[in-house]
Amino acid sequence: MSYPADFKYTKEHEWIQTSGNTATIGITHYAQESLGDIVFVDLPKVGAEIAAGKTFGSVESVKAVSDLYSPATGTVTEVNGELATAPEKINKDAHSAWLIKVTLKNPGELTSLLSAADYEKFVAEESGN
Amino acid sequence: MKHLTRKATRHVNQNEGLIFEKSSPGKAAWKLAPLDVPEVDTQELLGAAERKDLGLMPEVSEIEIIRHFTRLSTWNYAIDLGMYPLGSCTMKYNPRVNEVVSRLEGLANGHPYQPEKISQGALRILKTLSECLIEITGMDAITLQPAAGAHGEMTGLLMVRAYHEAKGAARKKILIPDSAHGTNPATAAMVGYGVENLKSNEHGMVDIAALAAQMNEDVAALMLTNPNTLGVFEQEIHKIADLIHAKGGLLYMDGANMNALVGKVRPGDFGVDVMHLNLHKTFSTPHGGGGPGSGPVAIKKILEPFLPKPVVVTKSDGTLAFAYDRPQSVGRVRAYYGNFGMFIRALAYILANGPDGLRQTTEDAVLNANYIRKELEGVFDLPYSTPSMHEVVFSDKLQAKKGVKTMDIAKRLIDYGFHPYTTAFPLIVPGALMIEPTESEPKEEMDLFIEAMKSIAAEVEEDPQIALTAPHTTRVSRLDETTAARKPILRWKPA
Repeated sequence: MSYPADFKYTKEHEWIQTSGNTATIGITHYAQESLGDIVFVDLPKVGAEIAAGKTFGSVESVKAVSDLYSPATGTVTEVNGELATAPEKINKDAHSAWLIKVTLKNPGELTSLLSAADYEKFVAEESGN
Repeated sequence: MKHLTRKATRHVNQNEGLIFEKSSPGKAAWKLAPLDVPEVDTQELLGAAERKDLGLMPEVSEIEIIRHFTRLSTWNYAIDLGMYPLGSCTMKYNPRVNEVVSRLEGLANGHPYQPEKISQGALRILKTLSECLIEITGMDAITLQPAAGAHGEMTGLLMVRAYHEAKGAARKKILIPDSAHGTNPATAAMVGYGVENLKSNEHGMVDIAALAAQMNEDVAALMLTNPNTLGVFEQEIHKIADLIHAKGGLLYMDGANMNALVGKVRPGDFGVDVMHLNLHKTFSTPHGGGGPGSGPVAIKKILEPFLPKPVVVTKSDGTLAFAYDRPQSVGRVRAYYGNFGMFIRALAYILANGPDGLRQTTEDAVLNANYIRKELEGVFDLPYSTPSMHEVVFSDKLQAKKGVKTMDIAKRLIDYGFHPYTTAFPLIVPGALMIEPTESEPKEEMDLFIEAMKSIAAEVEEDPQIALTAPHTTRVSRLDETTAARKPILRWKPA
């Protein structure tokens, strides 16, 4: 699986794609693969404030419930409502099935996140491959 | 299925549908005597509040009810049928002497509202059990109220919060190792704390340097399970306690794994300030459907003012009573004084074993886990070589090469006549197989289990499909858990 080069990644397996001071956030292909079949996604409401490194929701699979950690600080402007009835979209294509869109408070803070190449390396180490 | 075991054989048992499907209008399992008082017009009495439509209630005869539940009961797997190696759950035998004692007339028919004067025996049980548990844990005081482990965790953290508030500030967060029980972070969040994850080191233990770096005056407590969920004893627990205490924090111990410590070491002696016990694990009260549970919380002196009320006290005339005048108490956490029936059973267990018996229990639990570890090492991958206590954690790394994961092995184990071990936990071991035999298992039963596990490993090498499509001998084969969760059918409707 290739990780899009225009995304940034967290060590908690979220991706973020920015355009100016707005951004789209999702979970990575590796995350969906580790979780297995996703059955429920709990997301914040539009207008909610989220903070870098803090949880903003959770994703539940048949195996486990995992917290979602925000890659950035900002305000939620849009939530992917499709996931409420079709959480399997994340399993099908995690890099297009986005979770939330946000207005960034401090776009500069994203520099500390991983690039696609670094993330791929990190995942290879974590999974022992 | 050439590898099948000596433990299980297919035998006939009866099919059974839903009780609703048996229903037939007018059938009943009761017949009342003719009314010998004037009839009341319920419509007039209750008006609009009268409920005419009771929904779909099954109408069946008495023998149909008895057969329905008896047939279902024969589908069960229980500790009374065989080994139940569900790691972290301590599925030990529930001794029959506990049941005899709890059915004594005065105990079985006691009522929480009967006057204290005629409840002295029940109060004496609360007091004696409290004293025993305080002695076993090395703590100073205890509440028996919480109804189970996670409830105990919440009660413990409420006391932690009250303690810090009394000192001026509740503090902001709880540190929790990545090997913790999932209930720990949930508890911290429920009590209003932030959760900060603490990474384990290469031995599967708390990384002292990481702890020192993360510990500060925002931390209310560290929640630690010892032995941890890898079944490994935190050997530097005294250093951990010192680091927490130096910054004014408290050390919470999740006592879920106390079955590895009873009679050997006492948490109160290695720096723990507050901990819960699971009477339904360590102290042999029924567990897993047969409960209810019970999760007493033992504390050090500094937390005593915050204990849930009431507390049991001895009055000047020597009789026992409940005391409610506790201005700093976190309040009542359970109706009456908790699950009293479990206190009787736990006390019966403690007194029947005595100190030497309890110590022997601990030694046998550790011996059994290590016997299984030794026999299965090499057959299954052992991710941490640190010595095991009462449970052992393998991974599915060797079998995953053939595409077979821990869940598949667990499903196949059902065909061999065993309840599965705990799968995919602790989370720090990818593909974990967590096995806890407890002291209850005779060597003969463990040998059957080991034989089954070895046989499954051999099958995986020869034909992975056997495990991937297991179970094969049960009434229903592999369930589609994903569809069940995504599109659940929650109510029966007539066809």
